Parts: sequence; C-alpha cells; structure tokens
Amino acid sequence: MRSDGNIGAPIGLKIAAGAGLLFLHLPILLIFVYAFTTEERSYQWPPPGLTTKWLAVTWNRPDIWEALSLSLKVATVSTAIALVLGTLCAAAVSRTRFFGRETISLMVILPIALPGIVTGIALRSAFNLSDIPFSTWTIILGHATFCVVVVYNNAVARFRRTSASLVEASMDLGADGFQTLRYVIMPNIATALLAGGMLAFALSFDEVIVTTFTAGQQQTLPIWMLEELVRPRQRPVTNVVAMVVVLVTFLPILGAFYLTRDGDQIAGGGK
Amino acid sequence: MNSPVGVISPGRQGILRRLADTLWRRPRLLLLLMLALPVSWLGVIYLGSLVALLVQSFFSIDEFSGLINYEFTLKTYRELLIPANLDIIVRTVSMAAVVTLAAVVVAFPIAYYAARYARGKWKAAFYIGVMLPLWSSYLVKIYAWKLVLAREGILNWLFDKLHLTWLLDAYLSLPLIGGNSLSVSYTGTFLVFLYVWLPFMILPLQASLERVPASLLEASADLGASAPQTFRHVVLPLSLPGVIAGSIFTFSLTLGDYIIPQIIGSSRLFIGQAVYTHQGTAGNIPLAAAFAVVPIVIMGVYLWMAKRAGAFDAL
Amino acid sequence: MDEVDLEVFEGEFFAMLGPSGSGKTTCLRLVAGFEQPTSGHIEIFGQTAEGVPPFRRNVNTVFQDYALFPHLNVIDNVAYGLMIRGAGKAERYRTAAEALELVALPGLGKRRAGELSGGQRQRVALARALVNKPRVLLLDEPLGALDLKLREQMQEELKNLHRQLGITFIFVTHDQNEALSMADRVALFNQGKVVQVGTPQEIYRCPNSRFVADFVGSSNLLPPEFVAGISGQNKWASLRPEAIRLTSAGGHEASVVACSYLGGTTRLALDLGSLRLHALLPSVATIPQPGQRVRIDWNPDDVHLMEDGI
Repeated sequence: MRSDGNIGAPIGLKIAAGAGLLFLHLPILLIFVYAFTTEERSYQWPPPGLTTKWLAVTWNRPDIWEALSLSLKVATVSTAIALVLGTLCAAAVSRTRFFGRETISLMVILPIALPGIVTGIALRSAFNLSDIPFSTWTIILGHATFCVVVVYNNAVARFRRTSASLVEASMDLGADGFQTLRYVIMPNIATALLAGGMLAFALSFDEVIVTTFTAGQQQTLPIWMLEELVRPRQRPVTNVVAMVVVLVTFLPILGAFYLTRDGDQIAGGGK
Repeated sequence: MNSPVGVISPGRQGILRRLADTLWRRPRLLLLLMLALPVSWLGVIYLGSLVALLVQSFFSIDEFSGLINYEFTLKTYRELLIPANLDIIVRTVSMAAVVTLAAVVVAFPIAYYAARYARGKWKAAFYIGVMLPLWSSYLVKIYAWKLVLAREGILNWLFDKLHLTWLLDAYLSLPLIGGNSLSVSYTGTFLVFLYVWLPFMILPLQASLERVPASLLEASADLGASAPQTFRHVVLPLSLPGVIAGSIFTFSLTLGDYIIPQIIGSSRLFIGQAVYTHQGTAGNIPLAAAFAVVPIVIMGVYLWMAKRAGAFDAL
Repeated sequence: MDEVDLEVFEGEFFAMLGPSGSGKTTCLRLVAGFEQPTSGHIEIFGQTAEGVPPFRRNVNTVFQDYALFPHLNVIDNVAYGLMIRGAGKAERYRTAAEALELVALPGLGKRRAGELSGGQRQRVALARALVNKPRVLLLDEPLGALDLKLREQMQEELKNLHRQLGITFIFVTHDQNEALSMADRVALFNQGKVVQVGTPQEIYRCPNSRFVADFVGSSNLLPPEFVAGISGQNKWASLRPEAIRLTSAGGHEASVVACSYLGGTTRLALDLGSLRLHALLPSVATIPQPGQRVRIDWNPDDVHLMEDGI
C-alpha cells in the first residue's frame, strides 16, 4: 500500500504540464540568444555568429537612457502614489464595515478588470476635455490608477491575516492611533506593502497600452520598444533592450515572491 | 507595586494625542479621512473619465467638418452595426472565445499537476514558473513571438530540419486560419494571445483545484469511479469557478488588446485597433467611444451570466 | 444589549458568565473602551468612562486569542506598554522580566510569540497586561483555548495572582465551572441582559429563573402544577439532582428509567408519572437498576421557588 502523497502523476499529465511550462518559457529564453547574434538585418535562426558588441552599442545610446530614466521615474512616482492610496483603501475596507464597502473594492479593481484600452481612451478624452496638456504627470496619473489594485490586493490579504485584536491590544496597552500605526500596524504589513510596491513598480515599468494614450511626446521604454516592434529599425539594440527588460523585471517579481511566500499563495508549507 | 491613583490617565499630551483622541471618538471621520484620497482619485478622476467617455459615445461627428456635434444621438451606435464594423466585433469576440478555450486546455494540466502532485520545492518552482512569464514584459513577450514566427526564424527552421515544410505550407494554404506566413495569419495572432494570457488562466485554475480536497477524489474512487470518471464528474465541476475566473481575464484582455494584432497578424482590425485608429488619426472620438463600450458591455453580460451560473458562490 | 446594571467592587474577582452572544463580552469591551455605549453610563472608580479611549484607561485586557504581537519577541511584547509610556530601555526590560517571573515564565524573553505553546502564550498575555500595573484586569475567556489539565492549573494560578496583586479581576467565561470555582461574585448574562448577580453559592443554590437553574449546573425544573402539590405555591421551582435521596418510606414513588455510573456518583433518570427527574446519588453498594421501582425524597428547603418563569 502506498500513502496518498506518494501516488505519482500519470505520465500523460506530466508530459502535458511540462510541455505547457516549456511553451511559457522557451520564447523568452530565445531573446537571450538573439541579444548576442551577429546578424543585424533579419531575425535569422540559428544565429550566424555570436558577439557582445551590441551590449556596448546599446549602452551608448542616449535615447534609450532617456526612455529608461523616464520609465523609472514614472514607475517610482506611480508606485509611491499607489502605496498610499492602496493601503488607505485596504485599511478602510478591512478594518471597518460601512455602506458602500463592496462598491469601493469594485472601484479599485475596475482599472485592471476593464480592458486597458478603455482606461486609456477614457483618460485621454478626459484630459482633452479639461485641457490638461500631456506630460510626464499624465502618464503617472494613468499608471497610479491601475497600480493601486496591486498594492490593495496585497494589503487586504495581509490585513485579513492579522488579527483585529492586535490593534485593540495595542490601544489597551496605552498606545494611541498613531503609536499603534507605527509600532503595530506598519511592522505587520510592511512586507506585504513591499511586495505590492514591487509588483506595482513592475506593472508600471512595463505598461504600454494606457501609456500610448496618456503620453505626449515623451517616450517610456515600452513606448520605445513598441515603435521598434511596429517598424523594426535597429534590431540588435532592440534585442539587447528586451533582454535587459526581462532581467530587470525578474528581480522585483522574485523579491515579491520571497516576501509573501509564508502567506496563503504557496500552500506547500502547510501540506 | 505602586498603582496610579486615577484609573483614567491623562497620558501623553500634545496636538498629536488630541488628534488621536478625536479620531478615536469619531470613527466615521477617520474612515472618511482614509477614504477621501483614494475615492477622490478613483471615484472622481477615473470613474469620471469613464462616464465622460460613455457620454461621448452618444455624440456624433459631422461628416463634412469633422467636428463633434454635441447633441444626444444614437447615430454613432447605428454606425457600429454597419457590416465593416460588425465584422470587427465578430472577429474580436470569436478570437477571444477561441483563445479562452485553448487557454483552458493548455492551462489545465499545469494547474492540475501543480495543485495535486507538486510538493514543497517543486510547488514553489511551478509557482515561479507561472509568475515569471505572467509578470515579464508584455512587449518583450510579443517581441519573442515575432522572433519565433519570423520567416527566417526558429519555427520555420525547425519545420525545415524535420522535412515538414510541406505540412506547414499546406496548413498556411487553408482559408481563414492560413496566410502568407505564420506571422501574418490569424494562427499567429492566436498563438501570441494564447501565450501572453495563459498565466492568467493557470493561476485561478490552480487556486480552485487547490481547494478540491484529496479526500473527495478518494471518495469518488471508493464509490467505484475510474480515474477519467472522477475527473469528469468531480474535478471538472469543482474547478469551474477557476475556469470562469480565468476566462474573465483571457476574454477581457483579448477584447481590449490592440497591440498584438497590430504586430502579429493580418491587417484586418480588432476592436482595440478600431478604437485606436478612430480616436487617433481619424479623430472620431464618438465612434471610438462607442467601440470602447462594446467590450464593457460584453464583459458586463459575461460577468452577469457567470454570476447567475453561480460561479462566484464557490470562489 | 440592554438593561445591564452592574457594580463591581474594588479588589473583587468578578465573573461574567453566559452563553455565547449573551452580551458578556460586549460588556467587557465597554469597560476596556473598545466599544461605546449608545446610551447609559459607565464609571470606573468614580470616573466617567464613556468617551475615554482605551489608551487613556488604566485597565488592561487579556484577549481570548491572546493578541500577542507577532513581530515582537516575548520580552518586547511584555514591555510594549512601558515602551509606549516612554520608559527607558533598561527599566522596561527589568520590569518586563519581573512580570514574566510573576507568571512563572522566566527566561523565555527572546522567543517569538509563534514559538510558544498555548499555555505559555496565555502567560505572556497575562504578563503583558499586568506589567502596566492596571487597577482592573479584564480577562476575555482566557482559558478557552487550553486543554482541561492546563485549564485547571491556570485557574488556580489566576486565583493566586488575584490574591497576591489585590486588584480587580473581571473575567468573562461561558464555562460555569470556571465561574463558580474562581469568582467572588458572578453575573449571569442572557440575551443581552443580566439575569442574576450573586456569589457562586447564591447563584447555585437560589437560581432566580429557569435559565439560571439550567445554565449553572444541571437542575430538575419542577413545573408549577407539581410545585403546587408539594408546597402550595403555583410557581416554577428548581431541585438540584444531588438533593434527591433514596428512602424506604414516604416521599414519592418513581421507576428507574436509566442509570449511569460516573465513578463517585451514579446518575439516575427517574419517572414520577407526571414528570421526569434526574438524581445524582453517591455510588453505594446497592444501585437500583432500570425498571426497578424506588421511593425518593428530598429536603423541602432544597426546592427553590423561582419568581421568573423564563
């Protein structure tokens, strides 16, 4: 007799699951090869030769540095705004019961539940109607709107896991609202906020659909890439940028994973 | 032990403490303060923009001057129903449906394996294995497929090495799903959509399968069901909430996307592209707004049906 | 919750007993300041308490789930109140260590709350509340999560602590044994009302309503018709099972329906024709068997008449 935990998966399931994961990962790995190809005019496979010279070429491109710095700036400011708005909302929704609670959760989720193009065109036409010129700030406004939900989700999950009596215990021991916030609430939700902030950063850093509607002449890195995708002019540089973007986004995602893994998303520990 | 005399202690004084007292006495005020910022941001700026958009879809554009005529009319919506525009809607919805079905089929084994068999380190590896592609750059993922599907790219090379180029050619000569090459066919568009949205199906599906207790499967086997019967009558119905949650993502995301069909696919428009062109070069904001309402309405109906089917009760 | 009129005396061990949802916890939370009365008045040592936030009340609470701060270790948990009051590091650790000794838990200061057993957590929660030298200690079902052995041990320790500190303990529980064995006085709650207040002896011997008779210990409820036959008063009455004894003559005739041996005592279910009674008898050599007919009797003083028919 075997115990339940040792029953192996049927071989067909193993193959299907493995093939599915390969399907998810192979195309991304391909980019790492193309970043080093010597071919510059086509997407020829296999690469005729390998070189690292495109790394240097890309490094010396001022337009890419500008796009990158704008993307970083937008992502940083949007994340900061999303952290404040998302945490406030999560605290209000999970700590108190009030009329319209459901409406507020729905409102937070709406910007990513609706197709990005709807959010994009809605904001664009609103900016037009109210004569707001397109600038870095209009991009940030759009990004912060859909980043709130990521912070909100992480914060709500953590609030749900922290017992409400902790706040009462703190007040019972003489701490007022501000002291409780500083000594009890913040330490308990810090990692969730960090994780939410990292994901919000990654989301903003990568966003293109809403950005095409809310940007004026500025180019974020994704907008730069989009132009290259539509009209390829500098394939080797694009290859390198794509590789760097993959590497850069991996870090916050792995970070967020390690920060939240004690939580309920990974059930492995509890089994 | 010397206990303080009074039981009500004055404690710390100062403005902050007084503010803390006030907020404690008036929890409604505290709630209001907490919600003021997020609600004014999301409720006023965002919802306001959405409403403004909706309103504009009831205006029309003057065909001669190209200016917007600010009068309530359903003319723009009638324009949606002309064959060329109706084609766009049907094409987009069919694509969304096919992508969703394919995503369920490809996602199920991964989600099932991860939920039922993977343990400890493997489980974490599966999770990261889905999370990384989910959060990787959207454009980079599309770009990767541009590389894969290129005429001189890896897929054609592979068919060539396997001496199967004739098979690919035969497939491409098929009507509708074929085309000059994979990168300008609906098949190409479909593959990229499937690839980009697949993680959005895997995660909710895995979450719902995770909640199916193993004892239930044992009970089914105990009552004489074979493995396929258990799967058909126990696992599948119980995973339905996950399928529906995932399909909300894949469906909605496909409906609203305008970049994928623009880069990989034939030149025929999808809803997202129609919105983009009408608001941009054509400057026909009312028609663009009306087009944008289509995915909202479709998703509204979809969610309503899912709710009626009880998909959210089990979540 | 309405119609609660309670007075707790200084230095008293006071229990609030009742089924879940009876309002006892709400009452405790009103004293702690977590909830505010919609009407009525709360006074703590002569000072008006409504509108005073919990952080201004010199009253501390031991929570049902202990509510230990998961991000702090044991000593920092205990020292939290002192830290908030601005005590220096050396002083607060010294005082916190004393408090841990008081609850017989020295030397665990560096552990995290999550690494402790249920009993240890309970002691930490107690130390954390006592370190602030409150004049009233509130305990919300503090022993509910512990197993029976530990619970009995903690009951004794809590009683000793109370004697040692001389402060007021207000204790919420749904366990009547706990309330009877520990408290100086007990308030019994039902459906948002206080139904009876008194010493454990008064509550047990003289329940004022069917609810109290039934909730505290087990009791035979005698309907008015039966009571009228034996005492002439048309009222409900309660008769404790241990007050019933077997007799050879007089009393009432009954047939034994069931018999369960409980060790030191034996429990009989008796049929008197018009009603059924339970009796708790010392396990003597001859125990009547089911089906047997017996004669039972009781001291008329043990039939306690109740004003309230509820």
